[in-house]
Amino acid sequence: MLRDTWLIFRRDMKAALRNPTWIMIGIMQPLLYLFLFGPLMVRAMQAQGLSEVDGWMLLTPALIAQLALFGSSFVGFGLLADYRSGVVERFRVTPVSRAALLLGKVLASALQAVVQALLIIALAYLAFDLDAPVGGVLLSLVIVFLLAVSLASCSYALALTLKSEETFPALLNAVLIPLLLLSGILLPITAGAAPKWLYTVSQLNPFRHVVDVERNSFRGDFTMDALFTGSVVVLVMAAVSVWWGTRTFQEESA
Amino acid sequence: MITARGLERRFRRKGRTGGEVHAVKGVDLDVEAGELVGFLGPNGAGKTTTLRMLTTLLKPSAGTATVGGRDLLTDPLGVRERIGYVAQGGGSAPESKVADELELQGRLYRMSKADAIARGAELAEQLDLTGLDQRPTKTLSGGQRRRLDIALGLIHSPDLVFLDEPSTGLDPQSRANLWDHIRRLRAERGVTVFLTTHYLDEADALSDRLIVIDDGRIVAEGTPDTLKAQVNGDRVEVGVDPEQGADAAEIAGRLAGAQELSVSDGEVRFRVPRGDVALPELLRALDAKSIPMLSVQVHRPTLDDVFLTLTGRSLREAEESTRAA
Repeated sequence: MLRDTWLIFRRDMKAALRNPTWIMIGIMQPLLYLFLFGPLMVRAMQAQGLSEVDGWMLLTPALIAQLALFGSSFVGFGLLADYRSGVVERFRVTPVSRAALLLGKVLASALQAVVQALLIIALAYLAFDLDAPVGGVLLSLVIVFLLAVSLASCSYALALTLKSEETFPALLNAVLIPLLLLSGILLPITAGAAPKWLYTVSQLNPFRHVVDVERNSFRGDFTMDALFTGSVVVLVMAAVSVWWGTRTFQEESA
Repeated sequence: MITARGLERRFRRKGRTGGEVHAVKGVDLDVEAGELVGFLGPNGAGKTTTLRMLTTLLKPSAGTATVGGRDLLTDPLGVRERIGYVAQGGGSAPESKVADELELQGRLYRMSKADAIARGAELAEQLDLTGLDQRPTKTLSGGQRRRLDIALGLIHSPDLVFLDEPSTGLDPQSRANLWDHIRRLRAERGVTVFLTTHYLDEADALSDRLIVIDDGRIVAEGTPDTLKAQVNGDRVEVGVDPEQGADAAEIAGRLAGAQELSVSDGEVRFRVPRGDVALPELLRALDAKSIPMLSVQVHRPTLDDVFLTLTGRSLREAEESTRAA
């Protein structure tokens, strides 16, 4: 099982390295937000009395969460390509563990998300006033990794269930946009600034708590209060998603 | 090597109307070690579904089977370790290199890295793929890609290999070449081959024994020759002037053993046990009535006739009706 996972992981990493443009395309969206939206948001935050550093400390961790949210949700496309070319079936006739088929792919996707997150943090650090503690950055990367594991598992499971290059992105966009807007990635949804109903709805969005915990760990706030909810949410999401993905890969119709 | 009893598979139809498709309706199969068996039937007859069940990709709705000495239902992993499977559409990733695919496949079958590489190189040589190992598979020709698919299915030296429609989409030359490879495989390594096809010439040229499936049921089995012998003789087509068609048909009907007589627009068709013997007699009889014969054709029985005799439709008709359905 471990060996099988490693073989599949290595195959997917090889494919990603063969065509690194995809990693670059994946990172384009958060980069555009960082350079074209960041300065604007930081000014707006300053108008509310926050410092410039505070502004960047709010935006950067949210952008790496967004990167994991969008980047990892679309990895199912790669699986659909493998499905069409018969690779999935070819693997399924070998004695390879079905869970390894999923886990190898998920780990490769999650590692790519972490590398992309590191690039964003490095750029924000070099180009703007970002000042985050090393421990906080490391913790935020662990959370990005778990978030990417969750989303990639769901994405693979969904792609394999739908088996359609048309339905798959349509469904993703329908789900991801409300999740993005209700997570406070672009503007923090606080009890003071947001209408009460919107604040309440956002509390029901698991990603909101993940974005919160990213921001808190960037600030170096390692109190129980700051980390507990988000960490539990991301761990539960990862566990449930991997379970769902594994089950889908084990089903015969896959 | 394969024993199956009463294999069945039902699919739920998609959509709200529901309903079921009974794709395979109880299939019994016996394949001995070293045989090259052709599984023949029109598209949609249940060939691929049966194959996917025998290769552990689909769970049978009913029935039992032993494949490569292992029970299909209780030990699918044991079956997977012992068989090779080459799917209809192939299974190589377009961007991956030939050597990488072979190595990965070997390692998924629990071979060591060195063994997988060595075996991959050996198969590449046997299947005329030398010098292509660093090429992405998408740059291979159709025939080369097909041979790579077969190499991938043979990487762990299985005793039993399933080929689903191996020559579909190949040009005639690549087809003939592929057939040679399949024959050699069996001759040199004693591999048992179970292949599906809807091409009669392929079934005829390649198989020791044929199993014919139609509408989810086995309708016949035997060597190509014994199957053809079941058909009632040669098919004869005689062309005469349309106005004399009825008279000519009457004369033809008097030939010894003539049957399945039909006439349309001066085309008289019938079957006789020996077309070559019946023809001179027919020619004399027509001459005596001053009916000139304008054209004549004698067809030896083909597998299509076998299919027609067994199912009441030709293979081509069967395919068209499936497509329309």
